[in-house]
Amino acid sequence: MRAPAEAAPPAALLRAEGISKRFGATLALDALDLEIRQGEFFALLGGSGSGKSTLLRIIAGFEAPDAGRLLLEGRDIGTTPPWARPVNMMFQSYALFPHMSVAENVAYGLRRAGLARRAAAARAAEALAMVGLEGFGARRPHQLSGGQRQRVALARSLVMRPRLLLLDEPLAALDAGLRERTGFELRALQRATGAAFVMVTHDQEEALALADRVALLDAGRVAQVGAPREIYERPASRLVARFLGAANVFEGRVAGGGFDSPEAGATFAGAIPEGTVAVALRPERIRIVAAAEGPNTARGVVEEVAFRGDDSLVLVRLAGGARLRLAHAEAAGAPPPRGAAVILAWDAAAVVALPA
Amino acid sequence: MRGRALVLAPAWAWLLLFVAAPAGILVAIALAEPDSGLPPFRLAWSGAGFAPLVEDAYYLDALLAALRVAGMTAALCLLLAYPLAIGIARAAPGRRVLLLAALMLPFWTGFLLRVGAWIGLLRDQGWINGALQGLGLTAAPLPLLYTEGAMLAGMVHAYLPFAVLPLFAALLRLDPALIEAAEDLGARPFTAFLTVTLPLTAPAAAAGFLLVFIPAAGEFVIPELMGPPEAQLVGRVLWQEFFQNRDWPVAAALALALLVLLLAPLRLFQRLEARR
Repeated sequence: MRAPAEAAPPAALLRAEGISKRFGATLALDALDLEIRQGEFFALLGGSGSGKSTLLRIIAGFEAPDAGRLLLEGRDIGTTPPWARPVNMMFQSYALFPHMSVAENVAYGLRRAGLARRAAAARAAEALAMVGLEGFGARRPHQLSGGQRQRVALARSLVMRPRLLLLDEPLAALDAGLRERTGFELRALQRATGAAFVMVTHDQEEALALADRVALLDAGRVAQVGAPREIYERPASRLVARFLGAANVFEGRVAGGGFDSPEAGATFAGAIPEGTVAVALRPERIRIVAAAEGPNTARGVVEEVAFRGDDSLVLVRLAGGARLRLAHAEAAGAPPPRGAAVILAWDAAAVVALPA
Repeated sequence: MRGRALVLAPAWAWLLLFVAAPAGILVAIALAEPDSGLPPFRLAWSGAGFAPLVEDAYYLDALLAALRVAGMTAALCLLLAYPLAIGIARAAPGRRVLLLAALMLPFWTGFLLRVGAWIGLLRDQGWINGALQGLGLTAAPLPLLYTEGAMLAGMVHAYLPFAVLPLFAALLRLDPALIEAAEDLGARPFTAFLTVTLPLTAPAAAAGFLLVFIPAAGEFVIPELMGPPEAQLVGRVLWQEFFQNRDWPVAAALALALLVLLLAPLRLFQRLEARR
């Protein structure tokens, strides 16, 4: 690893130890361990049924774990009710109170905390200004656009100055143009407030783009946790490799220092430890070449070409029968036409050995 | 257009036959003069039926007493209906059906049968007094039946589902995330109820209140069979005027007065609904 020297990681803010939760016959969380650090932007990534939303609801206090401990700065909060937890949540539906004005919505938590009406109103106005909604205080939620409602929900949680803010699919309800901008704004707010943000998402691009660290959840367990680049480049298993950015995953077995994959019809050379069950190869690390032989090359026929702007996605049926996705950069010239026979090559450094 | 008229025809016929026509007859009787013949009135443009209503405080008192009892019944029903409706709405869908059935179960037995059951419980030789005396807690039977408490118990029991059902429907539509958001922001459950659930279900609560209040205001059977003798509610007075005094114009005028009094809160409710 050539990771730059880093300062010691910040202290743990929240620690989940062996959290299990069962709903009827389904095990939503299976002895899950996780650590959230002070002031980081953390993404809980996973498909539906992975347990990511259950974990968020347990941290917020809406569900009680069947087993395990939840420590906030070392204090066990497992039995603390939601109204007494110094944790706030932004709901996927935003859950704005429809019978209150925007200002009343934002001041709601402050009023419950015992702030006088005027002090609460002043701080609510401050929070609304922070999310760019100055002067919107008198409106009702139904008079706002989706993006504005999202900001009100954000202001309503942030005004409580939580050390841990939970965000349930915060960008899911926004249209594509707004998502990118709102994502950057979320990060800016996270830095400005210094709070730790824990975001639940099913969108790997969103998780990789926004988070300092990502945990990929599968079947109630953490499949892998790490910085986005780390888990993108070094997936720990076939599942992680497939979930993150649709890498090519080829199964096979270790043979003489390399990795033989009959389904790809290729031999992979590189850092292949004993016990490797599959290899991952990123679409953008594969080149189309005029001629090549030996390991780290393959032959196939172009099945489909999709233009994507700065590159084209080329689907190749390999000699071994498996399908391969490759990203053909526009700078490298026109992609091969459908039906063309192609020779592919990649560097040994691009081969990622998967132990599971 | 003709299809539309055809579909609406039965509804209009129903309204004409069973709402407009009886109301017209009622007005005609109220304006008529009492007579000793059969029917006991003579059609005329006299104000005979309405005059006693203004002159004799007895009728106004009966109207006010009925409104007071109906208001108390409706308020008690709402007080009980909220926890019931919340409990049913939060239950798992399978159990919800069971709980709703349990709520409606008394409706499957006859109305008089249920009043009879209450009498059996509350009378001097009834189950409650029998149990109290059997345990040696009381020496003589407690006067339970023929009290305002007995009357209210019977009324609340009879009309409770009318308050629960609209509340239940409203609570089912209420996004549970709203309550969670309130609790997440520091509200204890009762505060969350007062600040979120209550204001958002207020129209349903008003509907439930009126659904109980309106029939309770004209209720005759329960005050007659379970209430104290001095409870001269308008329903009882109506009965007496029609069947004992055979003064149909006064009875019809009284019925009209009750109708008008009950239309006022209904209009208010519609006004509030329209403004939302």
